[in-house]
Amino acid sequence: MDIPSDSVGFVTPTKVLFDRALPLSSGAVLHDFELMVETYGQLNAAKSNAVLVCHALSGHHHVAGYYRDQLKSEGWWENLVGPGRPLDTRKFFVIGLNNIGGCHGSTGPRSINPETKKPFGSDFPVVTVPDWVNVQALLADRLGIDSFAAIIGGSLGGMQALQWSIDYPERVRNVIAVAAAPKLSAENIGFNEVARQAIMTDPEFHGGHFYEHNTVPKTGLRLSRMLGHLTYLSDDGMGEKFGRELTGDPGDDYQFGFDVEFEVESYLRHQGDKFAGYFDANTYLLMTKALDYFDPARPFGGDLSAAFRKSKANYFVAAFSSDWRFSPKRSKEIVRALIANRLNVSFAEIESSDGHDSFLMPIEQYHQLLRGVFSRIVV
Amino acid sequence: MSTELMNAAQRADYDVVCDWVPQGARVLDLGCGDGALLARLTKVRGARGYGVEIDDAAIVAAMQNGVNVIQSNIEGGLAFFGNKSFDIVILSQTLQATRHTEALINDVLQIGKSAIVTLPNFGHWQVRWQLGVGGRMPVSKRMPYQWYDTPNVHFSTVDDFHAFCAEKGIVVERTAVLAGGKAVKFLPNVRGETAVFQIRR
Repeated sequence: MDIPSDSVGFVTPTKVLFDRALPLSSGAVLHDFELMVETYGQLNAAKSNAVLVCHALSGHHHVAGYYRDQLKSEGWWENLVGPGRPLDTRKFFVIGLNNIGGCHGSTGPRSINPETKKPFGSDFPVVTVPDWVNVQALLADRLGIDSFAAIIGGSLGGMQALQWSIDYPERVRNVIAVAAAPKLSAENIGFNEVARQAIMTDPEFHGGHFYEHNTVPKTGLRLSRMLGHLTYLSDDGMGEKFGRELTGDPGDDYQFGFDVEFEVESYLRHQGDKFAGYFDANTYLLMTKALDYFDPARPFGGDLSAAFRKSKANYFVAAFSSDWRFSPKRSKEIVRALIANRLNVSFAEIESSDGHDSFLMPIEQYHQLLRGVFSRIVV
Repeated sequence: MSTELMNAAQRADYDVVCDWVPQGARVLDLGCGDGALLARLTKVRGARGYGVEIDDAAIVAAMQNGVNVIQSNIEGGLAFFGNKSFDIVILSQTLQATRHTEALINDVLQIGKSAIVTLPNFGHWQVRWQLGVGGRMPVSKRMPYQWYDTPNVHFSTVDDFHAFCAEKGIVVERTAVLAGGKAVKFLPNVRGETAVFQIRR
């Protein structure tokens, strides 16, 4: 396998154990917890060059690089992170982690519940963005990092980055929130609810304790992903990519049946199957719920600018023209609240037909801007 | 505004703007281009604030210049900013490229306690000569566009702008008219290339 010279190369994750209780927003308490973590680059002596990368709904700790002996093991934000890339690992020490409730090695629904000695399943407590931020702060403590040079995330990841500057204003100097929103709309929550219903009504779900039945609610999970995936794309982008192309030979007539016929059907089924093959249904439920509950203005009577009153970070907020899941309008709400607090903020609305997924794409304008943001950070 | 417009002649009005912006002022630069003026105001005047710009390349340049820049249309895109939240709003060589100029000035004087406006003077004798005698729309170093391909849609003269302000009850606090980078005192409406006004409600 050829690895580009500006990749961080082969990487190995580490499991970090926190032998302490973790109180959560819901009132529930985890007895202890583990985090899967990956880091790239070197932490400098002053410990001032750390950048935290927060993942979105289906992400994890493997942000960049490759696993030895694993084909297609590229990190999910590989195009961003590496020596010479916009988030340059020659300058920064970059940290990725799998949030709790996840299904990539951190404590989550598949972990053993110390009370029952069985997997948590649906008994795993609901976790929120502020809970994740608290956990990330504990990880920072463990690494001796008082303040992050930057915290970056897209979508649900961007929400964590914003939450950091609200909950730990002294501990983050730059916040980069891409394709985020200050809270979900009714439509957003509606999509999440359909996804959850697809999973929970699957007969293989067994009330969330499907592990004990040696099965997986694949049908529901697959439907969730197909629906979710649709909302991450855009009509224009799908038009360009699939149009009304048929999967058969050119010149074939319609089959007048319900088998896969249009390219887009084939694509969505493939995405659904792939996802249902590795992702955990309970994690999907938890992640969508964390999205629904995210509303940093809520403790401030709905006043978003009041939420940022103690914030001190410099912000870069970016949105994509074709993103209708979290449209540029939603990012502008964030920007307005930051400006009301006279905070340093820059905002870009980037032209793209890739919809919400744009935040993961190496779009030139986008990466040039990120390069600018990271290059002006003093470590 | 595109960065092409940021030519050398325009830098002369930067000097005036820098002189007029008080120390530590909160400024908003509408049509900030590559952010050069804002960067200078930050450095020289300790000013703080934001630039607004629509052009993709200019946004990247402004980021590299280390200023806060908000990508937005100026017209209809100022809802980011609260009433009287800036000491000074700058419209540097921007107004002539706007469509609903009067509405924009109203918005600007709402957001800012005062505004500094710089404009090319369409009353300059060369412009009058090209149009009046030559019978062609003027093209110059400062206004290098052909009529069919120009961002500039609202031209005015120094006298026009004063008349506009008088009619709309806008106070003109200061005026500076420049040619070749120097102040023009005699026949400014004929000899001036660029005009700088400070206005308020």
